[in-house]
Amino acid sequence: MLQELIASYNYIIVVVIMMIGLWAMLAKQNLIKKCIGMAIFQTGIILFYISMGAKKGSTLPILEHAHDGAHHAVVAAHYANPLTQILMLTAIVVGVATLGVALTLAQKVYQQNRSYHEDKILEKLSK
Amino acid sequence: MWHPVLILSIALAAAFLILLTGERRENLRESWTFIAGGIMLYGLFQLLPGVLNGQILRHSVLNVFPNVDIAFWVDPFGLLFAFIAVGLWIPTSLYSIGYMRPLKEHAQTRYFACFAIAISATVGVAFSANLFTLYLFYELLSLSTYPLVAHHQDAQAREGSRKYLTYLLGTSIGLALPAMILVYGLTGTLTFSEMGVFGGGISAGLQVSLLLLFLFGFAKSGLMPFHSWLPGAMVAPTPVSALLHAVAVVKVGVFSVLRVLTGIFGIDLLAGSHLSTIACIIASITLITASLIALTQDSLKRRLAFSTVGQLAYIILGCSVASIVGVQASMLHIAMHAFGKITLFFCAGAIFVATGKKYISQMVGLGKQMPWTMLAFFIGSLSVIGLPPTGGFISKWYLIMGALDADKVWVVVVYLVSSILNAAYFLPIVYRAFFCSDEDSQYKDEVKEAPLPALIPPLLTASGCLLLFYYHDTLFKLAQLAVGG
Amino acid sequence: MSTQAPVLMIIAPLIASIFITLIGWFRPKFSHPIAVISLLISSIASIQVFQMVLSNGPQQYFLGNWPAPFGIEYVIDHLNSLLLVTISVVATLVALYAKRSVEKELPDKLANYYTLFVLLVTGLLGISITGDAFNLYVLLEIAALTSYALIAFAKGRSLMATFNYVMMGSIGACFYLLGVGYLFIKTGTLNMTNLSQILVSLHMSQAVLVGFVLIILGMWVKMAFFPVHGWLSNAYTYAPTASTCLIAPLMTKVSVYVMIRVMTSVFSTEYVFNHLSWHLVVVAMASVAILVGSMMALSQRDLKKCMTYLVVAEIGYMVGGAWLGNPAGMTGATYHIIADAAMTACLFMAVGCIIYKHGHTSLDTMKGIFRKMPLTMLGFVVGMLSMIGVPPTCGFFSKWYLISGAIEAGQWHFMLALLFSSLVNAIIFFRIIEIGFFGSLGSETPDPHEHQDVAVKEAPLSMVLPMLVVAGALIGIGIYTSDIISLVIQPLISATF
Repeated sequence: MLQELIASYNYIIVVVIMMIGLWAMLAKQNLIKKCIGMAIFQTGIILFYISMGAKKGSTLPILEHAHDGAHHAVVAAHYANPLTQILMLTAIVVGVATLGVALTLAQKVYQQNRSYHEDKILEKLSK
Repeated sequence: MWHPVLILSIALAAAFLILLTGERRENLRESWTFIAGGIMLYGLFQLLPGVLNGQILRHSVLNVFPNVDIAFWVDPFGLLFAFIAVGLWIPTSLYSIGYMRPLKEHAQTRYFACFAIAISATVGVAFSANLFTLYLFYELLSLSTYPLVAHHQDAQAREGSRKYLTYLLGTSIGLALPAMILVYGLTGTLTFSEMGVFGGGISAGLQVSLLLLFLFGFAKSGLMPFHSWLPGAMVAPTPVSALLHAVAVVKVGVFSVLRVLTGIFGIDLLAGSHLSTIACIIASITLITASLIALTQDSLKRRLAFSTVGQLAYIILGCSVASIVGVQASMLHIAMHAFGKITLFFCAGAIFVATGKKYISQMVGLGKQMPWTMLAFFIGSLSVIGLPPTGGFISKWYLIMGALDADKVWVVVVYLVSSILNAAYFLPIVYRAFFCSDEDSQYKDEVKEAPLPALIPPLLTASGCLLLFYYHDTLFKLAQLAVGG
Repeated sequence: MSTQAPVLMIIAPLIASIFITLIGWFRPKFSHPIAVISLLISSIASIQVFQMVLSNGPQQYFLGNWPAPFGIEYVIDHLNSLLLVTISVVATLVALYAKRSVEKELPDKLANYYTLFVLLVTGLLGISITGDAFNLYVLLEIAALTSYALIAFAKGRSLMATFNYVMMGSIGACFYLLGVGYLFIKTGTLNMTNLSQILVSLHMSQAVLVGFVLIILGMWVKMAFFPVHGWLSNAYTYAPTASTCLIAPLMTKVSVYVMIRVMTSVFSTEYVFNHLSWHLVVVAMASVAILVGSMMALSQRDLKKCMTYLVVAEIGYMVGGAWLGNPAGMTGATYHIIADAAMTACLFMAVGCIIYKHGHTSLDTMKGIFRKMPLTMLGFVVGMLSMIGVPPTCGFFSKWYLISGAIEAGQWHFMLALLFSSLVNAIIFFRIIEIGFFGSLGSETPDPHEHQDVAVKEAPLSMVLPMLVVAGALIGIGIYTSDIISLVIQPLISATF
């Protein structure tokens, strides 16, 4: 059991990171902190994908002998899984966009209510 | 070629034309009603010979589920009911003119349009070949009569119409709909058939629950405890109460119950199990209770309403004894009671138009000022009580025969007790109207009969009650064809 | 495949979004026609694809001609072909409807608004058409991001509501992505067809189970299924009229579609109902969702807010139906996706017309409304009748199948919840009719003559007409139920059960 946990320590770290992010999103009162939580959560997922595609001793998934690649058999074990990395490029873009929208909204809310604190804003809105 | 869809769409077309014509040209507007009524009645007469020869016209419009269509048929029972609804629509419209115009009621266009839609829905119910189509028109009827009940748009109308819809929609969605889905799930069909649809494999418990769901689900039939929408709906203008709450709406309720009892359960199943007894007990309780409550009412329309609740229970009771004669009698009673009760409502309205009085205690001595109205009232009461020479006697006679056929003597006792109660709450009104000394009379010479359009319809329907005593052969033939052949 | 219709339907609004930004910068009034034209193209393409599916069965389209496991594949089968038609047609009608309303509410932001509008439709169509699990995530976020912006346009209270929506939406999307990651670890593929083939042998795997749970949870957050429904009401209530009309009918329904897609196509009903067998718990949750949604709707004093809670209840219908675990329930849920999209669109459009004229929809403004806005209320009445489930509107038929499914599965509480919700809808409906007839609820003595001479003040025709078209569609869908079931849903059901 312990062996397994140690062997997959990367996943455990990823899960911890994600939980920190999720907790911040749900439990924090400050809007900016919520945004930070969201960024942490998304980063956790990105790390999760990257670490599942990584291999010991492998390198970037770029063929070294691209100009005459046909003469060399490509050894998959030498390269990290390119698919996960490509997926995460897209996910990073999505994450940045979401974060941008969230921060913009937080800023607008602040301009309107002069506060980042959720409870105070709701109190003000309910008046 | 006459066709059920054509007949009910004539009334819909009339509603549309009424809306188009609008408030300003009121004579043209009302003439649509009469034209449509005339055409529909003619169409029904065209359908009659075929039905009397034992042909049943079937027509499917649209498939909605496997084995379930929006489908119509012209069977004897449906035709009989359609005759009553359309036939009484015409005098009621005449009466509406005599009632609404002198009182300068508002929104008359809406009133007449909704009336036409309600008739269309009633005819739709009459010709529905399966439970699904029946349910569809049943709901249409509830919705289209709401503006009629709420017509006055005051606090009282709000109460009444709120109750009206809560009871009718609540029961039809909450009870009848699941029952219908259950039947479909169990048997795969909803088409009415004389043998019933269940065949053998339904447990007794399920049968009883279905019976209860249907009996109370069609709350338009006014079975207690789901009856109190009916007195509540008496806030409507009197012509509405007359046609809808003595004829169309409540009769659609009992018609639906009868259809379910004969077409979904089947008389054989009812007679061969406890279902018949259960239904009889429920109906009997309503019958006696409603008559007792009617005795205590002072508002004439409310008394009539509770009388209606009781008479509806007669019809259901007649069918529930599950003998051939009983079912025929209950179909006959739909017609007889319709004529009697509509006469009574017409009279109540005529009195209101002429005197502005609503309460029975205010009607002492009225007979001398309004002799024709009170004569019609007297004939109507005789018919509802079931005394000769009125049509009501015929149907009650057969009802008792039916109960005896099924060996349910206690039902006969219920009938008789209730008839005595009926007499007790109707005859004193007539007696005190005619036979009182001049000092007791609350009316001196200033009161006259209501205007002719409000006076002719009650006289017409009252003579109808009398005529039906002698000429009920066709109706009885239809009822005979409908059950047992 | 010879025809390019599947990709055309996505590309048209996508390209239109670029043009609207470019041209709209200089000539804002052109942005609306461009949006409408692109959505029309999209609708025609989707109808063409629908006909192809009906005549030739499921279609595949390989983007850029890359074969299936490597490239992104579009799969159009019976389940999503009709959904695509629904999305594109509803979006077109809402776009037509939006013209006057957006001009009134956001006069200086036409170009921005319509850019986002067509992008949202692109996202929704993409979610429905794609056969690739990761592509779905990206499109899900495109749709979500645009909808955040479309809602936040309204300023004021919508900002905070949108912020909550962003948080919940991101959590939902992240859960989905995480779940896809689990499946990817076990199978090494993201193509749904491929996934389902490989997953057959992995039913015992814990990782696959976790993946499934995460995906379903993510979708539940996205569709506002009880108990994570809190964000929906405020976000939809405070949004601009046209945004609500577009987002409320389509966004949640697409999430339901994704859930059903994952349950039936990626996994199998065998796995979901026989192997896991906690579907009964979900049905119980659905019952609670319906009850809570209905009760909350009943307690609202504002019509628009009341409608948003009805959406929550309707989500319960679909989730419950899909998880009943029998063909009737699944039929009901699938049919209800289409029916509910039309129903919600109709209702929110009617509410939008009232907002256009009155500025708000508190129940007290409904006084004399039937005389004032007869056409709007005609649409509203049809929509509400469908919500109640009065035949022949489509709402009746979905309820019919859902209740039959509930009876078949012995889930009586679900049946009762459905009936309860029908009754609550009826009460809400007649409360409004009552106010229309009698004036405000509080007044003790309503005066019938008080609002006799109110002049007709109808919303502009460009708003009323699309709404009436949708209202007509409610009856049309209801009348053609048996065709829809036998041609579209039956093939799906027989393939999955």
